[in-house]
Amino acid sequence: MHPERRPVFRKRSLIPAIYILFLMLPIYWLVTMSFKTTNEILGGFTPWPQNFTLANYEKIFTDSTWYSGYINSLTFVIANTILSVVVALPAAYAFSRYRFLGDKHLFFWLLTNRMAPPAVFALPFLQLYSAVGLFDTPWAVALAHTLFNVPLAVWILEGFMSGVPKELDETAYVDGYPFWRFFIKIFIPTIAAGIGVACFFCFMFSWVELLLAKTLTSVAAKPIVATMTRTASTSGYELGLLAAAGTLTIVPGAFVIYFVRNYIAKGFALGRV
Amino acid sequence: MYKQLNHKAWFLVLPVVALVAFNAIIPLMTVVNFSVQETFGDNVFFWAGVLWFEQVLQSDRFHDALLRQILFTTIILLIEVPLGLIVALAMPRKGAWVSVCLVAMALPLLIPWNVVGAMWNIFALPEIGLMGKGLRSLGFDFNYTRQPLTAWFTVVLMDVWHWTSLVVLLCYAGLVSIPNDYYQAAKIDGASAWSVFRYIQLPKLKRVLTIAILLRFMDSFMIYTEVVVLTGGGPGNSTTFLSIDLVKMALGQFDLGPAAAMSLIYFLIILLLSWLFYTVMTRNEAK
Repeated sequence: MHPERRPVFRKRSLIPAIYILFLMLPIYWLVTMSFKTTNEILGGFTPWPQNFTLANYEKIFTDSTWYSGYINSLTFVIANTILSVVVALPAAYAFSRYRFLGDKHLFFWLLTNRMAPPAVFALPFLQLYSAVGLFDTPWAVALAHTLFNVPLAVWILEGFMSGVPKELDETAYVDGYPFWRFFIKIFIPTIAAGIGVACFFCFMFSWVELLLAKTLTSVAAKPIVATMTRTASTSGYELGLLAAAGTLTIVPGAFVIYFVRNYIAKGFALGRV
Repeated sequence: MYKQLNHKAWFLVLPVVALVAFNAIIPLMTVVNFSVQETFGDNVFFWAGVLWFEQVLQSDRFHDALLRQILFTTIILLIEVPLGLIVALAMPRKGAWVSVCLVAMALPLLIPWNVVGAMWNIFALPEIGLMGKGLRSLGFDFNYTRQPLTAWFTVVLMDVWHWTSLVVLLCYAGLVSIPNDYYQAAKIDGASAWSVFRYIQLPKLKRVLTIAILLRFMDSFMIYTEVVVLTGGGPGNSTTFLSIDLVKMALGQFDLGPAAAMSLIYFLIILLLSWLFYTVMTRNEAK
């Protein structure tokens, strides 16, 4: 935001360009691999596919052990996102508007759960969700991921809500709105951007997590990331297939980023800039 | 902002408390339970007191994993924070390029962690990977499946690839929030680029940098999936960080007592260090 006009191409723009090139190289390699045959991959180094093939993708879209993995993953990710944001909304409102008994301690305790290593919780979660009969369902993973997504959603939403002037609430109450009607009809539309950002983050952290998702499922609800690790270890060197599956896991993420691109910067600062 | 005292607000936080308590307190009690008991199977447990804690704290295996963890976290913080800051400062603030940059940079953050590991595995394979082959044809003796040093290099590079964007996006968010007047005032005063950075941009970035360092510290201390898929903790134990060691112990060998004791020590270390970081940084901010 420098006031003076400058030429479009500056030496400085080289830095982000080189950085993006560095980010794209491994992705390029993954996508290239997914179009190669296993023979070509193991036969030696080729910078791009010599025998272009779609067989890897065909296998994923026709074999149910593969494509059901994507469906299972998307099921628990979406369930988790909705659940996390819905319970976080009123809580974030309480933290941004009121003081109450133990509020600071409660907020810190919520955040400590974001710091808990999933490796610590893997085994106890397995026992807990087996005991309540949710093992090997998408719900177990959706619920388990709320451990770190709910604190994050509360944190982000609280940041966005604190930016909304209190006069909005007070005017509505003076006009005779009961709390819930005000909250749903007026307040939620006001912080729509914040909700979008919170959804983005919940989606992201649930979609990328493997350890809990893998521990809490076995066959029926196996997520795509677990399918990939098991394939990698059992059938040896099917690198092309693995690359195709990996490429397809990038697609939902890219889709989601495109929709929130204008809010990403603010969202990454958790609404606190 | 002035906040009203209202204890009824508890009703609004109740769903969150119930959900997180179900997920956090019950499993944590299980861990505490295991950590003070000895079992010989058949669900028969004996009181073991602090035996497991002593055992873990005195074991070389734990010390080594902790040292590796601290070394790894230090290295990636020293690379990612300055690099992220530099890229954010050089990014354009207006125009079509901004969206392209943001979308491209956010992409690594949304790739499942095991895919990140698999991608780097394929990318760095000594004979058929782009990076492995490239480095070898430049004359480097690169083989991350055999040499601890190149394995570390690959793991660090992978983490820089994966997470520097988080620092970039946070810093960028801080930078665009600085009002234009500040720059104009600096221009009138004839301030150099360095003093603009030192006295205008850096103070404004303190908050986001705090968030960035905290998040990167916590997450790098918990790193598991990417490294397991890339190197499996090897060669030998050279890239076995705390989480990897813990999972080996708990799910691999079912040494529940020591694993639970290690879990608690591990969690306490993260809590303590995060709290330290946070208070030191917010105190500097207050000055």
